[in-house]
Amino acid sequence: MSVKLSLSGVRKSFGANEVCRGIDLDVAEGEMVCLIGASGSGKSTLLRCMNLLEPIDDGTIHLDGVDISEPGLDPQPVRQKIGIVFQSYNLFPHMTATENVMLAPRRVRGLSRDALRPRVTELFTRFGLKERMEHYPDQLSGGQQQRVAIIRALAMEPEIMLFDEITSALDPELVGEVLDVLRDLHRQGMTMVLATHEMGFARELADKVCFLDAGRILEQGPPDTLFTAPQEERTKAFLARVI
Amino acid sequence: MADTSLDKGAGGAPPAPTRREVYEAGVRKRANRIALISTASVVLALVVLIPLAPGWEDVKRAFFNGRVFAATFPGLLEAFLLNVMIFAWSAPLIALTGLAIALCRDTRSPALFPLKLFGIAYTDIFRGLPVVLVIYIIGFGIPGLGLPRPWNSPYIWGTLALVLVYSAYVAEVIRSGIDSIHQSQRSAAASLGLSERDTMRYVVLPQAIRNVVPANMNLFIALQKDVALLSFIGPVEIFRQAGVYKSLYANFTPYVGAALIFLALTIPATRYADYLMNKQNLARR
Repeated sequence: MSVKLSLSGVRKSFGANEVCRGIDLDVAEGEMVCLIGASGSGKSTLLRCMNLLEPIDDGTIHLDGVDISEPGLDPQPVRQKIGIVFQSYNLFPHMTATENVMLAPRRVRGLSRDALRPRVTELFTRFGLKERMEHYPDQLSGGQQQRVAIIRALAMEPEIMLFDEITSALDPELVGEVLDVLRDLHRQGMTMVLATHEMGFARELADKVCFLDAGRILEQGPPDTLFTAPQEERTKAFLARVI
Repeated sequence: MADTSLDKGAGGAPPAPTRREVYEAGVRKRANRIALISTASVVLALVVLIPLAPGWEDVKRAFFNGRVFAATFPGLLEAFLLNVMIFAWSAPLIALTGLAIALCRDTRSPALFPLKLFGIAYTDIFRGLPVVLVIYIIGFGIPGLGLPRPWNSPYIWGTLALVLVYSAYVAEVIRSGIDSIHQSQRSAAASLGLSERDTMRYVVLPQAIRNVVPANMNLFIALQKDVALLSFIGPVEIFRQAGVYKSLYANFTPYVGAALIFLALTIPATRYADYLMNKQNLARR
């Protein structure tokens, strides 16, 4: 499998607080990579760096072999290829679900509503939200909102999807419906990077799990190895606490 | 509370009031009685005491003269139409200018820095001056240039003065609305590849403007009152007309009439703005 996204020596600070301290990570095409680790270990920031929402201070990020971390590079085309879904959904509250999904394809790719309609309807149908297309975000449950957010990102036909703890704000009984969506995407061969606290899910589906600690990837490997035979003391301590 | 609803659901007969309901009804009754007594005594004191003041008869004749009121009220109403008209063409101009200034102040592109500077200077200057001063300076100053008709009209320059001052306030209100939109909305828009311009136009502004509708309504209510200030530079609107009647009848009652007309418009408008504000606060909870 070819390397889709490659990070090397990525560093990112907010003021005096160094959040990423030299991160190396390769994501292969079609692979699902899970980032695990305590809150504040740098998972979210790393995801935000990957689609250039946060400019990195040092190191490089390559997408299909092209350096996208070049300072001054226009981030817009990169963000069209790398979609992200946030923990707090961040849907636009003044638009219906359909308008949320159609806004970016209309404005960025210049497609008309009519041209988009079939594909958007298909996405809503696929994720069980066909009846909710004309609802506003505040008329939807958390799980439904998060699925709309995923559809919104998918509508730009990204090559990579990033998920930032997308089930952490959900009631437990709604987590399953969102994880089902991720399962479905993985089956379709989407390249995905997840920051997650769902250890069971990571273990079941991830191709690679990375344990982040204080801004570094302390340990990475296939889930079976990492979850059953962690090498580092801190990994063992973390897993003992969460599992 | 839970108990009473259960009771109501269970039986067909009206449920007996709970101990708490009986107690609360008693408290309510007592509170109402106290409010009634205290209000009645204040009103009574005013009605009895004010006429005892030595100048009451004169004041009554000068300010509350029924005959003068009846004679001048229709004329005042007619003059008030001019206020409404000045308001009607000023308000949209103010809204548009205010929005433009707010966007100027919010711009981040270095090429547009002069615009940003202009926006800052504009809001600083026009919020820092009394409205009446701006009306004087512009209303007397610009026609003083000796412009030909219609460019010496006090309507044009008076309106300009109102637009300048009020758009500065509206701009600040809109800007506070823009600031109130959470950064995560911009992040979400950026992550979808939307340009900053589209993010502002489709994501930030529609939410921001909705949030500041009640605050802006209060500004427009104030504008409705300040239209009267244009009387200083010429237009015979209601305040000026009341002055004319005052001289004609040697009586102040027309001012009271004018006040009533203003209140008839501003009180319902203020209540409506309050209602919108409350609704918004409830929705945010």
